[in-house]
Amino acid sequence: MKVKKLRTRRHKVVLNRSAGGDAGITFFLVILGVFMFLPMFYVIMHALKPLDELFMFPPRFLPIHPTLTNFTDLFTLLNDSWVPFSRYIFNTVFLTLCGTFGSLILGSLAAYALAKMKFPGRDFIFKIIVMSLMFHQTVHQVAHFIILSALGFIDTYLAIIVPTLAGTLGVYLMKQFFESSVSDAVLESARLDGASEFRTFLTIAMPMVKPAALTLIIESFKSLWNSGASVFIHSEQLKTFTYAIGQIVSGGIARQGAGAASTVVMMIVPITVFVINQSKIIETMGSSGMKD
Amino acid sequence: MSEKNTVKRPVSRKDMTRWQWTWKEMKKNKVAYFMIAPFLILFLTFTVFPVILSMVLSLTDFNMLQMPHFVGVSNYTRLFFDDEIFIISCKNTLIFAGVTGPVSYILSFLVAWFINELPPKIRAVVTLVFYAPSISGSVYIIWKTMFSGDAHGWINGILLNLGIVTEPIQFLNDASYVMPICILVALWTSLGTAFLSFIAGLQTVDRSLYEAAAVDGIKNRWQEAWFVTLPMMRPQLMFGAVLAITNSFGFGAVVTGLLGTSISVDYAAYTIMHHLEDYGTTRYEIGYSSAIAVILFIVMLGANSIIKKALSKVGQ
Repeated sequence: MKVKKLRTRRHKVVLNRSAGGDAGITFFLVILGVFMFLPMFYVIMHALKPLDELFMFPPRFLPIHPTLTNFTDLFTLLNDSWVPFSRYIFNTVFLTLCGTFGSLILGSLAAYALAKMKFPGRDFIFKIIVMSLMFHQTVHQVAHFIILSALGFIDTYLAIIVPTLAGTLGVYLMKQFFESSVSDAVLESARLDGASEFRTFLTIAMPMVKPAALTLIIESFKSLWNSGASVFIHSEQLKTFTYAIGQIVSGGIARQGAGAASTVVMMIVPITVFVINQSKIIETMGSSGMKD
Repeated sequence: MSEKNTVKRPVSRKDMTRWQWTWKEMKKNKVAYFMIAPFLILFLTFTVFPVILSMVLSLTDFNMLQMPHFVGVSNYTRLFFDDEIFIISCKNTLIFAGVTGPVSYILSFLVAWFINELPPKIRAVVTLVFYAPSISGSVYIIWKTMFSGDAHGWINGILLNLGIVTEPIQFLNDASYVMPICILVALWTSLGTAFLSFIAGLQTVDRSLYEAAAVDGIKNRWQEAWFVTLPMMRPQLMFGAVLAITNSFGFGAVVTGLLGTSISVDYAAYTIMHHLEDYGTTRYEIGYSSAIAVILFIVMLGANSIIKKALSKVGQ
């Protein structure tokens, strides 16, 4: 009888994997990876080029004499502008911190109630939350404008912060994680010991869902950090870093170096946050599935 | 025995009307309502109410200045019969969403699946490479520099240097290039939350299922994916599909950021989202723009229910 030889990879038997398939997939991943990485790398290289190399022909990918002048220029250039550059950075940091902290509190309370308490209307509320994931927020924009102006929030920080507090993706992920990783028995025994529902939530349940809480924080952080020009904000003093970058980049050729430098500053922060927390985020996503 | 009948039974659900029971349960779970209330109030104000408001306003001629008048469905008839730009924007949106949605969804799954068998450390690095563009906000603006329409634009520079073209191509001002470039850039930013969800979902599939499948005669990785992996991941696939649809209709911001204006040359990349913004925030024709929003709601919900049906066929 002919025994088929099993393929191994790193001394482990692999089933159903042809060598040709492996090679094809590696090729596909490399091509796609280069496509994804190249622009990121290009912007970093661009930011390191001195002025004369930015406009060389033919354009070079790598800088010949790397320099940090673009980064220092960024601050001097923008400090001369009408609103100091530090103000844009303050706005972004302030909005991000307030919004993220607020959505963590509101979101985790709501997710806990949805996952671990039974009350009339719960399933209906959750269904609507899931439905809201299906809409892009731009669709609400006009109605938002009317509501925010009725509340008197237009042209204040509140116009950006308050609507993000009710972000649904974080709540959804956290609710799913509460369900899959906090057992009812643990909560029940805490309740029997006389702990109030709120205390149970804070001291028993929350420590068990740290990865999901972190993911909620990052989701909110990501959207607030990247929030750019808003139709709800008119005052230049209240605009964000992303908006300022958009202005620099569209400022044309003269500001290419500073534009690339500010883009690098802008992307470094969320990428660092993700790198540090990657394993926790992936852990949370394990329970992200949607049961129809 | 008479004794048994006099024993006080605990009040059960059957003794009450539905409303009495609901009221009792609500009182018992007061604290749950307190916990969800802050979120729920904001959610209703900023997500549910806007939808209802849009539906109501779409039947009026509201313009932010005068009292709205009821105008019936005239906004809708105007959209479909009297607004050529809207029809163009519909066509563009369908192309845009029809390409970016499925491609980004399939790409997210394929990449997640291909990197699943890499050692954890390498997988983490590869994940970062693919995921980074989607979290880096407005970084896609760099494509504007790469596709710049003069000799300093990287792509034009290369083409000129190699002698393929004799003068720079106006990539972002040429109707035949604008749409493909916008789609390319949108795809570049599209490996987001759904991608992470797939990576995590693949990790949770039970290894022994693959061995059992191999014994049962699964011949190659593609069969294995179709008959084992995909059905096991159906919840993640559903979640990813919802996000992919939402994003594919929301790439208007990428177009605006890339071109610096929503009115692209010859309306070549002008989507419903731009039309909505134009009427809602520039012209203040709120009634009309609400009608556009309502149509988008319906289209997105429709897309979701079609996908739901399609996904139930996976692995069959």
